[in-house]
Amino acid sequence: MGERARALTPRSGLAVALLVAALPLLALAALLIGPFPLSPGEALAVLWRSATGTLAEGDRAATVLLSIRLPRVAAALLVGAALAAAGACYQTLFRNPLVSPDILGVSAGAGLGAVLGIFLSLPVAAIQLMGFAGGLAAVALVGFVAAAVRTGDRTLVLVLAGVVVGALTGAATSLLKVLADPYDQLPAITFWLLGSLAGIKTEDVLPAAPVVLLGLVPLVLLRWRINVLSLGDEEARSLGIEAGRLRLAVICCATLVTASAVAIAGVVGWVGLVIPHVARMLVGPGFGTLLPVAALLGAAYMLVVDTLARTVSGAEVPLGILTAVVGAPFFLWLLARGRRAWA
Amino acid sequence: MTRPARFLAAALTALLWAAAPASARTIVDSAGRTVEVPDTVSRVFAAGPPASILVYALKPEALLGWPRALRREERPYIAEAYRDLPETGRLTGRGGEANLERVLALKPDLIIDFGSVRDTYADLADRVQAQTGIPYILINGRFEETANSLRLVGEALGVAERGETLARDVEETFAALYAALGAVPEAERPRVYLARGPDGLETGMKGSINTEIIERAGGRNVAEAPGQYGLVQASPEQVILADPDTIITWDRTFFDAVWSSPVWSGITAVREGRVYLSPTAPFGWIDRPPSLNRMMGLKWLAGLFYPELWTKDLREETRAFYRLWYHVELSEAELDTLLEWANGRAP
Repeated sequence: MGERARALTPRSGLAVALLVAALPLLALAALLIGPFPLSPGEALAVLWRSATGTLAEGDRAATVLLSIRLPRVAAALLVGAALAAAGACYQTLFRNPLVSPDILGVSAGAGLGAVLGIFLSLPVAAIQLMGFAGGLAAVALVGFVAAAVRTGDRTLVLVLAGVVVGALTGAATSLLKVLADPYDQLPAITFWLLGSLAGIKTEDVLPAAPVVLLGLVPLVLLRWRINVLSLGDEEARSLGIEAGRLRLAVICCATLVTASAVAIAGVVGWVGLVIPHVARMLVGPGFGTLLPVAALLGAAYMLVVDTLARTVSGAEVPLGILTAVVGAPFFLWLLARGRRAWA
Repeated sequence: MTRPARFLAAALTALLWAAAPASARTIVDSAGRTVEVPDTVSRVFAAGPPASILVYALKPEALLGWPRALRREERPYIAEAYRDLPETGRLTGRGGEANLERVLALKPDLIIDFGSVRDTYADLADRVQAQTGIPYILINGRFEETANSLRLVGEALGVAERGETLARDVEETFAALYAALGAVPEAERPRVYLARGPDGLETGMKGSINTEIIERAGGRNVAEAPGQYGLVQASPEQVILADPDTIITWDRTFFDAVWSSPVWSGITAVREGRVYLSPTAPFGWIDRPPSLNRMMGLKWLAGLFYPELWTKDLREETRAFYRLWYHVELSEAELDTLLEWANGRAP
């Protein structure tokens, strides 16, 4: 069984190769698209000036390329990959295709943390840090609750605890919205909860990237073992895998990944739910290939959506709106093409 | 009685009742609603922050409470007797939290809302009025309606003279602005960006109530796109592209960060040091909330935009404005605090 899963079918091999080839091209295109007119030649000139240290003070093209688009493209890739990978993990872990990375309350917790930061009028970096901490805290709470309840189905208890903690943090967020200054903080909270990469800076991406990798690398290394989890605990044990410990490791990693993504991008729904499905349609349910393909697809999808978010209108379109508006019809189309994905 | 006879009697009673001298006056509010208002109005519930400023300016002794308790830095700029009024919550706006029973317990003679007079708000006013039996008037909060609104509410509160005084002040300010700045050609007007939120990337599109002060003070709002209104999230590239020569904000987090941010550093306003922080005590000078408090911001902005054309002394203007509108005689130290704040050094 393990051997069969390991073998990359020609179809999935092609998908991976195409994605790996397309991603840099997409990123390059995204760097050159935007309201500020910047031709490839100018972009190269900026890079040259930056490499030779001859950037003038207030060089607008350089600011747009290096301080706005570059961190933004990097953040889109990072956030998309993170959310899609976490979604794929949770769906496999819970053996349920309706699960998204928010299942254990990480988005709700991150939302509460960040909203509290806005409510207290903290600087942006502190708001992000509070979002990150809030996400981790919510999942930790879910873990403790699930550990304290010793009866019944472990998975069911975990999911229920996630729902409860999610509802509670959601209520606390709503309370803060009611208490917030309607002319000052409330719009900021609303925009944050809809998700956006508009204000992203290099200083935001640099600390988030290692944390995402810290969660992503173990998941990639463990992906063949995680695949076994989808068969059920008994089967896993018969194959010599301690399901409980592996599950804990996966939850920790996926939470870390999601919390850092949500901390810099705000709450962006839909990606973590749907991209794993699309990946599954491409390469089948084997987690070994599903995880990298989902991560690559998520990165590409987020890049496209974020490029739309900053170009389709004079103002920014919140990501949470676009991911659904772009993703839902596409997903329906895929479904209609009728390849049974989850079998 | 037979049915027709009963109907007749009822109609007769209604006629008599209508013909009798009314114990109340009727007022047509800005939404065109006809509302009966008692002869003497001594207890007023302000439905939101803009209305509380309106009532405070016109008849502070009638104000039942502040929608949110005053913060420490705001207290010195409100007359002492009204600093500790209870917190009453908002009745309208996004997420009204004032409980109707609490509103009733305060026994208001009148509820006033000041701001948007769109149908939703008119309907809300009708519903609350029907449910509580308390007259509820809706007043237009737009700049161009300010003088009319002051006269209307002055009359409703039985302080027509005070309303007239304030309305005249507004008209004089508008006229003075027009006289000083009206001839400036469009192309020479400063191009202004209103930065909101901690990262400064929230703004109001041209035509929204949050930014109409820019045009009033002789500026041009760079956030302009056909068909878009209200508060939006701006894209940093759009801001760079628009390249405003003046940025106004009241967000101290943004104001502190803007000078060292690489994204903002190339923008003319930042390069030339024309990012201005508005004081927010007791209320914001340029917005927050969009109410009468903006009259103070107008004078400030006109001086910032046109130092040669608008030469009035900001210190004396501030002193006079706070005396006339906010019922406080500012000490020199308090004036220093405000002017330092307007110079970018918030307390």
